Parts: sequence; C-alpha cells; structure tokens
Amino acid sequence: MSASVLVKEFSKGLWKEIPPFRLVLGLCPALAVTTSAENGLGMGLSATFVLVCSNMLISMLRKVIPSEVRVACYIVIIATFVVCVEMITKAYFFELSESLGLFIPLIVVNCIILGRAEAFAKKNPVLPSIADGLGMGLGFTLSLTILGSFRELFGAGTLGLLFGDKVFLEQPFGFLQQAPGAFVALGLMLGGMNLLGRWLGR
Amino acid sequence: MEYSLKLIVGAIFINNILLAKFLGNCPFLGVSKKMETAIGMSGAVVFVLTLAGVITWVVEHALLKPNELEYLRTLAFILVIATLVQFVELFLRKSIPALYKSLGIFLPLITTNCAVLGVAIINIQKGFSLLDTILFSVASAVGFGLALILFAGIRERFETTRIPKPLEGTGIGLVTAGLLALSFFAFQGMI
Repeated sequence: MSASVLVKEFSKGLWKEIPPFRLVLGLCPALAVTTSAENGLGMGLSATFVLVCSNMLISMLRKVIPSEVRVACYIVIIATFVVCVEMITKAYFFELSESLGLFIPLIVVNCIILGRAEAFAKKNPVLPSIADGLGMGLGFTLSLTILGSFRELFGAGTLGLLFGDKVFLEQPFGFLQQAPGAFVALGLMLGGMNLLGRWLGR
Repeated sequence: MEYSLKLIVGAIFINNILLAKFLGNCPFLGVSKKMETAIGMSGAVVFVLTLAGVITWVVEHALLKPNELEYLRTLAFILVIATLVQFVELFLRKSIPALYKSLGIFLPLITTNCAVLGVAIINIQKGFSLLDTILFSVASAVGFGLALILFAGIRERFETTRIPKPLEGTGIGLVTAGLLALSFFAFQGMI
C-alpha cells in the first residue's frame, strides 16, 4: 500500500467527486442546515465522523458480511455511529444539536454514507477506505461551510463563525435564508463550479 | 375537526415536506425527469410512508417508551423501515403483481428516502396521537407526491429548452425547485 494511493483516494473527494456538487447525494442536509456557516460546518463534521467510522468498520467486515443482507448490515453499522454522534452533540454541543435538530438522526439516511459503503468500502482494504471517507467527508464539510457562509453573509448580513456579531450588510437579502433561497443558491453554486471546472480545462 | 384540517393543509401546502422541510430531496431530483416515474415514486411513498408512520408510532409507544430506550429511536426506526420496505416488496410481488410492476423498482430506494424516517421522527417529537400520526403521514406523503409531480411536469420541458451550459442537469433542476418552493411559500400565513 503506497502513500500515493491513499493521497489519491483522499483528494478525489475534495474536487473531482466533491459531494454534493459532483456526486449529487446528500442534498437534504446541504439545503436544510446551511442557513449559517456554523451549522454547515457542524453538519459536515458530524457526517464526516460517521462516514470515516462506517467506512472503516464496513471495510474491516467486508469478507464477513454476506452480500444478500449487506445493505441491512450497513444501515445498522451507520445507525450505531449516528446514535453516538447524537449523544455527543447533545452532551457537548447542545446549541448545535438544537439548531441541526432532525438532521442529526437523518445522517443515517444520508445517501453519501451508504453510497460510499456500497461503492468503495465493501471492496477496498481498511486504509484506503478511511482515506476515501475522510476525503469525501471533508469535501462535504467544505461545500456546506461555503454554502452556509454565502447564505449567512448575504441573507442575514453576518458571518458568526469568523466575526461573531459583526454586521456586514445593513439590509440583507432575506430570500437566501428562506427555503426557496436554499435551492437557488445551491443551483447557482453548482453552475459556478461547472463554469470554474471548464475554465480550468478539466 | 378544525385541528385535523389544519394539520392536513399545513403538511401538504405550508410545510411541504420537500420544498419547506427539505426531506427526500435525493429522489426529488433523481426520479423527476419523467412523469411516469414521478407518479410511480409518489405512489410508493404514499404507501410506505403511511405504513411506516403507524408502525414506528406503535414501536415507540409499545417498546421504546415503556423500557426507557428512547435513545435507540434512530436505530430502531431505520431497522423497522428497512424491514417494512422489504416486506412490502415481497407482499406486493406475491399478491398484487400489477401494483408491484408499477411501484417495484422504487421500493428499495425508499429505505434511504429521508422523508420516511423524517416524518416518523417528527410524529414522535410533536407528541401526536395515533390518529394524528396517520393524518400527518398521509398528508406529508401527498405533499411529497404533489411537489414531485409538479416538478416532473416542469422538468419534462427542459428537453426542448435552451439552458445555459454550466447549469445543465442538476443545476437548473435546483433553480427550478427554488421557484417551485417560492410558489408554495405563498401559502404561508394561510393558517
């Protein structure tokens, strides 16, 4: 196992297959919790934790789990880690767990996690699976944080994650904080990414 | 009576599960390219969501609450839903083949549809009675179907429209969904 393989598996999640843009999965949390950069970051890190742990465990057990019942096994493994995250956020990050609410238990059905288990962890050794999970998770975190910053900065006029209570826009564009704004912002960001990708000649 | 009506109208129009609560967006963008698949998916969701809502309510109040196992809710519910979907698939294949043919391919996808788990958890969090649970589940599923079918109708027209290159595919889909959400937004304040 050479280091270059690990780097490759890790880095593909950050640009080439970055979720939820290139890999169009996990849209619900990406739309719902990105009203602020802080929530986006929290959601991304929670999902990353579950993704890395589940990828690792599924890859370890890949020769034990019979393929007929694999999806059920994966779901049990993922749900176990999600329950851990639920308890950890409730105990140590109570405000975050209040604002993410329903979307923490819903990490179970985040298609990215089951998708990576099915597409990668079930046929690769442990180390590349961890690298894959970490890369995808951080890519997801990055996307959510950027989207959250955008919506918070222009929709509410603040950027709590970096600048506390400082107000940047006196009359923010409130539409971006509402439900329809989430769809439009994500759609336009996707378009922007495609444009940038083409401009870079990939 | 008034309360029930509010619950139903609220779940279908005002807090539409897809466009206001953001649950079930993966199938929303995944199966909305054709009208037929959208209708099939909506049917399957109405069926499974109602059943799942009732069964998870019973599981919560008969098993988890008396034994103080609420912290296992997520784990228990997702298992119930996964089993239920498998069971429904087997049952339909054996007894109602016609329905199975039209819904069959959508059923496995529903396990990972967050609308199902989401509604099951909302039912418990809001402390609904069994009757309210049934009403809310059906209404949420109808709201899902309504939004999905409307969206598929719009999306079918993309094929003959010129779309800016970078927005092709999912990008324009999301922007359109935003406009659809905006129209549902107008219902706010009705109740």
